[in-house]
Amino acid sequence: MPAASDTESDRSAGPDTVPGLGDAALERGGRTADGAGGTLTVRLRDLHKSFGSKKVLTGIDLDVRTGESLVVIGASGTGKSVLLKHIIGLMKPDRGLVEVDGIDVNALGYRDITRFRRRFGMAFQEGALFDSMNVRENVAFPLRRQSKLPLSEIYERVDGCLELVKLEGIGDKMPSELSGGMRRRVGFARAIALEPEIVLFDEPTTGLDPVTTAQIDEVILELLGRLDSTAITITHDMTSAFRIADRIGMLHEGKIIALAPPDEFRHLDDPRVQQFIRGEPDGPLANGGGTDRRRAAGASAEGKGSA
Amino acid sequence: MSERRGAVGVEEVHPEGVAPDGGAGEEEGPRFTLPAPVEHMFTELGRFFLMLWRTLVWTVRPPYDWRQLLRQMVKVGVQSVPVITLTTLFTGAVMALQTFTTLRRFHAESYVGSLVALSMVRELSAVLGGLVVAGRSGSAMGAELGTMRVTEQIDALEVMATDPIHYLVVPRVWATTVMLPLLVMLGNALGVLGGYLVSVVLMGANPVAYSENTFKFMDLNDLTSGLIKAAVFGLLIAVIGCQKGFYTTGGAEGVGRSTTSAVVTASIAILISDFFLTKLLF
Repeated sequence: MPAASDTESDRSAGPDTVPGLGDAALERGGRTADGAGGTLTVRLRDLHKSFGSKKVLTGIDLDVRTGESLVVIGASGTGKSVLLKHIIGLMKPDRGLVEVDGIDVNALGYRDITRFRRRFGMAFQEGALFDSMNVRENVAFPLRRQSKLPLSEIYERVDGCLELVKLEGIGDKMPSELSGGMRRRVGFARAIALEPEIVLFDEPTTGLDPVTTAQIDEVILELLGRLDSTAITITHDMTSAFRIADRIGMLHEGKIIALAPPDEFRHLDDPRVQQFIRGEPDGPLANGGGTDRRRAAGASAEGKGSA
Repeated sequence: MSERRGAVGVEEVHPEGVAPDGGAGEEEGPRFTLPAPVEHMFTELGRFFLMLWRTLVWTVRPPYDWRQLLRQMVKVGVQSVPVITLTTLFTGAVMALQTFTTLRRFHAESYVGSLVALSMVRELSAVLGGLVVAGRSGSAMGAELGTMRVTEQIDALEVMATDPIHYLVVPRVWATTVMLPLLVMLGNALGVLGGYLVSVVLMGANPVAYSENTFKFMDLNDLTSGLIKAAVFGLLIAVIGCQKGFYTTGGAEGVGRSTTSAVVTASIAILISDFFLTKLLF
């Protein structure tokens, strides 16, 4: 049986530290220490991941530059979330390289990956807020666990984060009292509480109305502007992608099939890209293969007719 | 097992629900596979021991979250007092009722106290207490951690550099392991009280003779072995409950499955381990 492990939990069996890898390398402030923009922040090479017989990633090659906002689009079930979880080390690839600022994420032992993750903030699809805590405690959680700040300063910072996501004064509310859009914004506040170098957004606008989507996009843009962080967002919302991206990549059948700045991306010749942008049912994309379905249905009807 | 974990991982970490069908799977040669129920059993056993091992490893690693531990002790211990009270009080009472009428036929009513006390202290308090806590707290752990898994809260913990075993499982396991023996001690006293009330008040036994006989044949080993059993049951309940929750897949339905499985598996584990513990301790 293959020994590949799927979740980070299996790391505990591995070494705690990587020989020769200093603490500073894991925790340093990459965006300033690494200098000018254009330096590679995240490098994915030949990334493969399968679940049983289902191949999800089949050779991803992708570079994310320091300070840019990269949006990865793709249909549901194409492995966008899987890709994101590889970058932060929540999943291990079957094959390939995930490198962040020269650090091979998969070679990190348990303690190292824990310190390494302090450089990241991740906003989950539905917020993933802790039900048992109110909003203030949720946002304060990473600060309480990972910083040595006094409590008063932590709560000051929490209020600042909530203000950034335009949710002042809701600190005492429980997650169950919030709307979907508010929960996501609280998730953003929690993700940026430690001022991470890289922020990952997992489908930040899925299932929201257009106005709330626009508000969320504005919040993301403002956050990125203020924090000067690198952002990787996965979504299948094209309006949102064009609004927040510096570059857009499209994931299809386990590979990045297109990668370009928004204006260029909009005019790419690839029919798969065009079908996705326009949201058309007919076209070359397998999952939306209306033409194929229609053809198949026609053939079936003809078959029945001739019989 | 690792392959099965891989399959599980699809749903664990990929909310978009990558179905295992439809993929262009690689052609593989013939290979040895275990029958599904056997493989499932080994998977569950492996997960149990992995969870237990990681709990023990994380227990000694700082930071120590005393607040979480106390919170869980209140949830598992203090909040279980009413149900433990009712269960053990009435069990002691029913035992006295049954044995009194039976022993009266042999003019041996004076032994009712001993019989009730020994049964409660050596066996019934621990097993009944364990089953009640498995139903109450084991299910809650399965449901709580299961919900956290399917709503990505456990992923969020890991992303925020917090080990979920350390933060969620360690306090639950030690709270249950410590609190169940305390609940069982309470249960012992209440079971004996239940027997006393029925025998003396209802059946008219001599209160002095009854009290004397209650503790006549009991020694310290009877008490400690019951408490050791309770501690082991507590450990089993919490590890199984957390394990079921931690590996939940498949949304709300999966959480329901984990909750049921946490109670059923913990109850079976209590009954089976009770046999071996009894054999070992007496």
